[in-house]
Amino acid sequence: MALFSKENRQAFTNPLNLDNPIAVQVLGICSALAVTSQLKPAIVMGLSVTVITAFSNVIISLIRKTIPNRIRIIIQLVVVAALVTIVSNILKAYVYDVSVQLSVYVGLIITNCILMGRLEAFAMQNGPWPSFLDGVGNGLGYAIVLIVVGFVRELLGFGTIFGFQVVPDSWLMDNGGLYLHNGMMTMPAMALILVACFIWAHRAYNKDIE
Amino acid sequence: MEHFFSLFVRSIFVDNMIFAFFLGMCSYLAVSKTVKTSLGLGIAVTFVLLITVPVDYLLQTVVLAENAVLEGVDLTFLSFILFIAVIAGMVQLVEMIVERFSPSLYAALGIFLPLIAVNCAIMGASLFMQQRINLEPASTQFIGGVGDSIAYALGSGIGWTLAIVCLAAIREKMAYSDVPRPLRGLGITFITVGLMAMAFMCFSGLKM
Repeated sequence: MALFSKENRQAFTNPLNLDNPIAVQVLGICSALAVTSQLKPAIVMGLSVTVITAFSNVIISLIRKTIPNRIRIIIQLVVVAALVTIVSNILKAYVYDVSVQLSVYVGLIITNCILMGRLEAFAMQNGPWPSFLDGVGNGLGYAIVLIVVGFVRELLGFGTIFGFQVVPDSWLMDNGGLYLHNGMMTMPAMALILVACFIWAHRAYNKDIE
Repeated sequence: MEHFFSLFVRSIFVDNMIFAFFLGMCSYLAVSKTVKTSLGLGIAVTFVLLITVPVDYLLQTVVLAENAVLEGVDLTFLSFILFIAVIAGMVQLVEMIVERFSPSLYAALGIFLPLIAVNCAIMGASLFMQQRINLEPASTQFIGGVGDSIAYALGSGIGWTLAIVCLAAIREKMAYSDVPRPLRGLGITFITVGLMAMAFMCFSGLKM
């Protein structure tokens, strides 16, 4: 079995576009909307989910033949919860300000539907290496949406990208300019509408997705 | 008594699970096609919340908090695993009880009942409750006892039910409208929820 055979490559690339977890599979919406008011937490969240999806996929795929079918959901939850605890403590240790900003949403990765969806649909039937690729692909597919939405919301809502000022102060109305930050963009409601626009563009481009 | 009431009303309207925190969005979007099933799911979520939040509150204060079991031991890092175990166990229990005493409700809820275990709203309520224990008692969001946690759970559950029933009602009507093709289904639902969230933002000025 080749490491990068056609199936393996597809397990990685499909979730990036045609089978995107958010735009097509409708999984993991909760955190996608809540953490995207700025770019930095959005990227940290995307990476955390990628790492957790990849490794939980590998672990479940390794023990998939020994899990009794009746209690598989609880076993999956425990594996995911252990990984999330590790990631949450790493975030607290190295990027404390972001982990405060993300607050409960790091813990909520446990109940992120992407994880359970991929574990049930992919890792329970496939070997560790394809499962790893599938996990990374789905995590990155999720991260792409987060980054696009986070970029637009931070640029229009705060006039910054990554905390660096992009819109000069002299443009602002307070200083005699004609520009005003769009406060709506920082509100939760606009995240929903931006994701809707993303889905609209995605489906208009990929016409065959229903 | 006043605190219960303000916590309850606040968690329905101001801190609405869906419109302020986007919790439980997956089942919210998937199940909100008809009013009847969405009402059933809303009731099931409220029921599970009512059991799990007080149990998790007791776990947090009696077992996990700093110096609770042993002097100088802080077990808070175990909270994710313990909370999800309590939730998964409780959902299993609720499922068995509903199956035994009300087979018709059990049949109506079908697959959604076990899926409540991975509904972010349930886990989210427990995690928010854990944060709110540390607030100062004067705050309307403070949770300082089992009673408070029950009021919070009930309010959050009713708020979630309200949101999903409203969306289902709008979607039933929207089935007849002419939506641009790429926006059909998921896209327009998101925009509807966004507009509803904007409407709910009016409640954030509510002073209690």
